[in-house]
Amino acid sequence: MIWQLDLLILTLVILCAVAVISVRDLLGCAILFGAYSFLMCLLWAVMGAVDVAFTEASVGAGVSTVFLVAAVFRTTRRTKD
Amino acid sequence: MRLAGLIIAAFTGTVLLYSTVDFPAWGDPASPAGTHVSPHYLERGLEETSVPNIVTAVLADYRSFDTMFEATVIFAAGAVCVILLRIFGVHTRDRYYRHLLTGVTIHVIGDRKIPEDSEVFERIDALWVPHDVIISTISRILIPFIQLFALYVLAHGHHSPGGGFQGGVILGASVILMAISTNLRVSLERVGERTVALLAALGLLIYAGTGVLCMLSGGNYLDYGALAEWLPVDPVAARSLGILLVEIGVGVTVSATMIAIYRNLASSGRMDEGL
Repeated sequence: MIWQLDLLILTLVILCAVAVISVRDLLGCAILFGAYSFLMCLLWAVMGAVDVAFTEASVGAGVSTVFLVAAVFRTTRRTKD
Repeated sequence: MRLAGLIIAAFTGTVLLYSTVDFPAWGDPASPAGTHVSPHYLERGLEETSVPNIVTAVLADYRSFDTMFEATVIFAAGAVCVILLRIFGVHTRDRYYRHLLTGVTIHVIGDRKIPEDSEVFERIDALWVPHDVIISTISRILIPFIQLFALYVLAHGHHSPGGGFQGGVILGASVILMAISTNLRVSLERVGERTVALLAALGLLIYAGTGVLCMLSGGNYLDYGALAEWLPVDPVAARSLGILLVEIGVGVTVSATMIAIYRNLASSGRMDEGL
């Protein structure tokens, strides 16, 4: 494990996580969540858990982002309350 | 309220961070997890199962029962999505058609419709932007390769990272890409809704059936070594083949479930108008 790389990815993970809950646009949230998943995938790969990294890349960064975007697409721009 | 939320979040975070002090160091060979079963898997895994990727051996052989219920959880998630979102029955709904020769779009109000196989009118979705040549061409070229890669990931999980879950997700993603790049109806024509539901159940049946087959061969449930009685191989190679069988089951279930979830989410359960 390269600690510089580890530190960089961990910082970006936290930045992404804070951005996901602070961004007001839902589509932006979905995309940022995909970026968060991909960074987690990199983190698994750095730690040597390649199988978990693969699963995270395909399920977390890939399909669940598509699901989130599909769900966001069915919402309206402004809330009713 | 915001202050209370902040205090609760900060408190929980502090407790969680504090508890990580008790965790064993990363890769510590003296940790409880690394002293009993891990050495056995690492040292004896290859000779017991003839699978070089120990992760696959643990996931689909030593911990096969866990994996079966993981696949069941995914199946249940898909089934719940269908139950919650799918709208059955007749619903009046406006339809849009494009006249292919002139490009004029007509809006048909109510339940009336033009036959789907009409050569003059093409049904289009209200929310769907018109066809993009670049996206549809690239997707058409990419989809076969994605599917081939998915099958490779599924079948090569014994030797490299991968296996049923990842392969299944990639296979499902290829059908989702087809739905995104054209529209939902095209993908429904290729892989029908009933087919998807049957495949999701079939995958679990393959998994559980492998276990029953092991019992019929005289072993324990999911003890693939017993399959050697039916197959012209020794028990060690039979365990490798058993892993392949259950991985195929997982892959079929996962891919079908992903397709079903996407379709229901993207069309609000109406199955006619996609993203």
